[in-house]
Amino acid sequence: MRQFLFALAVAPTLAAAQNAPLRVPATVDTLPNGLTLIIHEDHSVPVVTTNVWFHVGSGDEKPGRTGFAHLFEHLMFMGSQNAPYPQFDRLLEAAGANNNGSTTEDRTNYYENGPSSSLPLMMWLEADRLGWLLPTMDGPKVDLQRDVVKNERRQSYENQPYGMVNDHLPKLLYAATHPYSWPVIGSMADLSAASVEDVKDFFRRYYTPNNATLVVAGDVKPDEVRALVRKYFSDIPRGPALERPVPATFSVRDTAIVLEDRVQLPRLYLNWHTVKGWHGDDAALDIAAYVLAGSRTSRLTQALVYNGEIATNVNAFQDGKRLDGDFSLVATARPGRGLDTLRTVIDAELARLATEGPTARELEQARNATEAAFLRGIEQVGGKADRLNAYYYQTGSPDSFQADLDRYRAVTSADVQRVVSQYLRTSRVMASVVPLGKLDLAAKKVIIQ
Amino acid sequence: MRTPAFLLCTLAPTLAFGQAFDRTQAPPLSAPPALKLPTLERASLSNGVTLQLVQQHELPLVQLTLVIAGGTKLDAGQPGLASFTARMLTEGAGTRDANVLQSELAFLGAQLFASAGTDAFTISLNVPRRTLEQALDLLGDVVLRPSFRAADVRRQRDLRLASILQRRDNANILASLAFNQLVFPPGHPYHRPSDGDSAATAALDSVMVRGFYDQTFVPERAKFVIVGDVTVPEMRTLLTRRFNGWTRGATARTMAAVTVKPVSNAQVKIYLVDKPNAPQSVIFLGAPGADRLSPDYPALMVMNTILGGSFSSRLNSNLRETRGYTYGISSQFSWQPLPGPFVVSSGVRSNVTDSALVEVFKEMKMLRDLEIDATELERAKAYVALGVPQRFETNAQIAGQLVNLGYFGLPLTSLGDFVSKVNQVTAADIQRVARQYLPAGTATLVVVGDLAKIRAGIEALNLGLLSVLDVQQVAR
Repeated sequence: MRQFLFALAVAPTLAAAQNAPLRVPATVDTLPNGLTLIIHEDHSVPVVTTNVWFHVGSGDEKPGRTGFAHLFEHLMFMGSQNAPYPQFDRLLEAAGANNNGSTTEDRTNYYENGPSSSLPLMMWLEADRLGWLLPTMDGPKVDLQRDVVKNERRQSYENQPYGMVNDHLPKLLYAATHPYSWPVIGSMADLSAASVEDVKDFFRRYYTPNNATLVVAGDVKPDEVRALVRKYFSDIPRGPALERPVPATFSVRDTAIVLEDRVQLPRLYLNWHTVKGWHGDDAALDIAAYVLAGSRTSRLTQALVYNGEIATNVNAFQDGKRLDGDFSLVATARPGRGLDTLRTVIDAELARLATEGPTARELEQARNATEAAFLRGIEQVGGKADRLNAYYYQTGSPDSFQADLDRYRAVTSADVQRVVSQYLRTSRVMASVVPLGKLDLAAKKVIIQ
Repeated sequence: MRTPAFLLCTLAPTLAFGQAFDRTQAPPLSAPPALKLPTLERASLSNGVTLQLVQQHELPLVQLTLVIAGGTKLDAGQPGLASFTARMLTEGAGTRDANVLQSELAFLGAQLFASAGTDAFTISLNVPRRTLEQALDLLGDVVLRPSFRAADVRRQRDLRLASILQRRDNANILASLAFNQLVFPPGHPYHRPSDGDSAATAALDSVMVRGFYDQTFVPERAKFVIVGDVTVPEMRTLLTRRFNGWTRGATARTMAAVTVKPVSNAQVKIYLVDKPNAPQSVIFLGAPGADRLSPDYPALMVMNTILGGSFSSRLNSNLRETRGYTYGISSQFSWQPLPGPFVVSSGVRSNVTDSALVEVFKEMKMLRDLEIDATELERAKAYVALGVPQRFETNAQIAGQLVNLGYFGLPLTSLGDFVSKVNQVTAADIQRVARQYLPAGTATLVVVGDLAKIRAGIEALNLGLLSVLDVQQVAR
């Protein structure tokens, strides 16, 4: 499972505009073994969420083992010494709780949602798989989840219309040594190669209390949470200090590829190398994405879908990850239209935004829309918990809601103009996915001056 | 630096030494919190339109859903007209064209969607409290004064034709379309998808849309469901100002009673749809389902949880966790005003398609033939009963629960009854409903996959009559 969490952090301008700053109060504690505990109280509904982030993702994988961080995520549900398989899921369901996990380039998360009475069980289970996973790990478990992950890859990529383009884009956009140059799901060959020894090494290195942050949020009493965490986690030993990859600088080579797929309509993908999350230009790129394709009246939506009537839809987003970032534009042609027509219009609109910038009205609309989306995103305690973990990882402070929001409020028209000019009028990776045999519908490569 | 020093308060040293306890035992569960349902308030406007409201003041947000009984069951003979009309409401209204309307909504931070379900139109507004009044002005226009301009109708019609064409790309959509066409015969409202087919869509024009709107968007079938940072007197005033002039109009369109019955097979029937080179086969297997108001409802919810409604369900444990055939498999009853289908669905690796089918039938048969043990039963009951509070976290979820119960004329308190009935379900109940509802020998089975690879294996199972469907016919 994979989520674009950092892209979701596209946010806000809300209560700030009015008066009181937006706050999601949270306390931060650390255990002597390095485990970070973040607690947020919300008594509106008698439910609790636990959300653990391990600071490891596909970006930490070794060559020849792509997809391993995600495969490992699956193995975390395969039982531990005191809760052997399949107790993890069964005990939680018997308590009325559900659970899942997800992996990105930068982190792996695990969460449970359930009635507030299920918290001790959740803590016991989380502690057991953090402290005592390996005694029950074996080849058959790895083989089984290897098969499941391959099925996930088939379902989410190979059997999805246009899905295989996601296999190609990372390696074309990022330098070969860059941690983001392969997809999170990995390749079939690498998944086949993963061994039990790989699993043990990975666990010992990354699945340690000092590399984990645990958020407990919902209808809880903080002192009871602290006591539970102390009880279950404090005798798990600290792990080694980590060195994580630092990508070398690189520049994108202008690239155009064409893929054939069993689809009815051709689709164009344009990708640029931009900046990481919380970089000074990250929020401006998010706003640029909204101005280009975030609403019915956005520029590309108008030019391609409603006025030009040459596309069925268009989307744009800035994905600012921990180490680096990229910007994507995706547009699907109407029946009978080729992708070069779409590309020409997109390039003209990018050129216009780079010289004119958004109007005051466009900017305000982008802020208001993102502000409201931001509020909706914290209605559920599960959403808040994940965001607290994300902010802690990104900024060191879990309650960074207002700070995040302020980034977007500060973006000016000149900022948007500048980032479009600087990042989206340069070398890019372009992929045309066309129906089988319709290569003539592909877009042509042009050098942007 | 990940953590500024001032945020850290290292737990006292005693924390380093956990108290002695037995880690080998799962902690005992304390009693779950009692189900606390939201408080529902009611009112009505002077034109008779009712309001249901739940106050939620935690965040400055408001969810308002206008429900108008009707929906796609009213567009018989013109498939897609109901959902298209709903879609056109937000393409220009009052003095605003589509662009101005959508721009203002976005500017207000509002989300406004109109859609047609099988039995009702819903117009859903989600908006920050501070821009509620302006957003309600727009809602009033959208509901009462839609433009339906010919050029806008043509543009949306062309976009819909493109999306209908794209159904052929997606194996899950193909399987679902084929399954509904087979289980619900022509004339049944669930036979076809809400967005119709390409022939009917190509014929849509603004006159048809206007005519349908006039006969279906009528106040005597409408109610407001509101959840959020507002009160009844406040909403009553705001809505009266905008909707009091909405009065009974021309003769409202009604639906003839549905006389067509869903298809219950005498034996298993298999339908294949070819998707060359597909790495997975998508399976839809099922039968006509059950009535939401049946006394069997609580037992069916528990039985389905055991079969394929949870991660630990028998189907998922077997086909995913034991055999590695799939990323996931699930089963569900579709609870609709007319009984919807029961469906088992999954994407399975192409080369185990036949083996996967064997296991699905085996699991249905086992649940019919053998009484389940107490542990499995109690787990499923707890999962169903204790999951209810999680349906009430967001304003949209609460409104959704109210709208949904409304389709069946059920009060909010029926969820309390539901929980206590779930807690009384017995192993014998499970076996009885499994025997009655699981189509072990009568299923309609649709498989979308690479027929060159999977057909021979499926034929060799001798499950029942097999035929091949044309993609162009399934998605037309």
